[in-house]
Amino acid sequence: MKFISSYRDPKLAKRLHELIDQLVSRLERQGVSRIKIMNFCGTHEHTITYYGIRSLVPSSLDLIAGPGCPVCIVPAGYIDTAIKLAMEGVTIYTYGDMYRVPGSYESLAQARAKGANVKVVYGFMDAVRLARNEKKEAVFFGVGFETTQPTLASWMVRDAIPENLKLLLALRLTPPVMRYVLRKSRVDLDGVIAPGHVSTITGAKAWVFLSKEFNVPTVIAGFEPLDVLIAIAEILRQKLHGYSRLYNEYGRVVTWDGNLRAQEITDKVFEVTDGYWRGIGLIPSSSLRLRDKYASLDAIDVYGLKIEKGIDTRSGCKCNKVILGEAKPTDCPFFMKACTPAHPLGPCMVSSEGTCHIWAKYGGRLLLEKFELE
Amino acid sequence: MCLGVPARVIKINGDIATVDYGGIMKDVDAFLVPNLKVGDYVIVHAGAIIAKINEKEAMEMMKAWSSIMEELKGEI
Repeated sequence: MKFISSYRDPKLAKRLHELIDQLVSRLERQGVSRIKIMNFCGTHEHTITYYGIRSLVPSSLDLIAGPGCPVCIVPAGYIDTAIKLAMEGVTIYTYGDMYRVPGSYESLAQARAKGANVKVVYGFMDAVRLARNEKKEAVFFGVGFETTQPTLASWMVRDAIPENLKLLLALRLTPPVMRYVLRKSRVDLDGVIAPGHVSTITGAKAWVFLSKEFNVPTVIAGFEPLDVLIAIAEILRQKLHGYSRLYNEYGRVVTWDGNLRAQEITDKVFEVTDGYWRGIGLIPSSSLRLRDKYASLDAIDVYGLKIEKGIDTRSGCKCNKVILGEAKPTDCPFFMKACTPAHPLGPCMVSSEGTCHIWAKYGGRLLLEKFELE
Repeated sequence: MCLGVPARVIKINGDIATVDYGGIMKDVDAFLVPNLKVGDYVIVHAGAIIAKINEKEAMEMMKAWSSIMEELKGEI
């Protein structure tokens, strides 16, 4: 895969770095003292932090992590419900990232240590295969954004779900939360790096509203370091020349219309409804639920479950503000003190796409000290 | 969670494909992307192929930015 190594080429990275410096100086000469770019996706945050991009760019350029961590925003009540089912003897299959996120009191991992029947799977296919082989009462606890939703629907449209497997779902949609961030959050954004893998499904067209309605330069970007540097340079270029448009930097994977088959399958199985986001609140038309035709697969119906309002935020934890880009992990009094990747207090410290987890793992001591001094 | 991993298709058996992640082989759901061929580079997410990678497009983006950088050098 030669093209991947070219997206990590140090010579090109150096030239892009110089270009970004020059664009920022030019904007500063125009009187722009602060530039804020939000990367929606946890995987972009990983690239930015892992490759030290934040410490590479001029200090007047803020790279802000956004709400792109799908397990961080699953309401605690869903986790509590999954734990309750698991303690009652139902096998719970879920993703590794979801397994360690704390609910109101504990995580599925902690419940497993007490005897609950919880198994981590890589994807829904593994849950289908395991349930078929094990023949025991089982529930797949499925979460995720547009990228993940068709990987579930794929098996439902093929009627491939064994009778003993039901689903507990907390699926959420990304454009509504981005709208929410732009309307409600206190962060004034100069640009958005839109999610690359969500866009493989939705198509680039899903993000055109950011430049059209909100006048925010938007780049759909891949996940290599040069992808992110190009995205930053393109946003700065648009700002300098005073226009906003959608630019698809990840054209090697993302098309304008997206994966039409995945969209069709997802639409057959799910319908859009309002959704509650952990630590944020209710966002209209931001969630998916199973259509009536698939009600017999819905664990909520089958087990007569009621998702209670759990304890989403522990007193003092700033995860909800970190998700909206209103706080940095280092603004939180618990960060790397009471809250660490080994002992996470909030969901942002658990997931590999959680901003606190990424900063804890790759943030680097010097960078953290610098932020602490600010 | 939205992590997508590049891989190469090495076998197709109906709706299931075997992919190679640079040495590690795994069976994945191939139902979401029609007309897959052995040798295609793809993105795999949560055990399913969600998109093909267009290599030509990948190289063109790099070429485009090399020339954009040249142009901007004169401008800035």
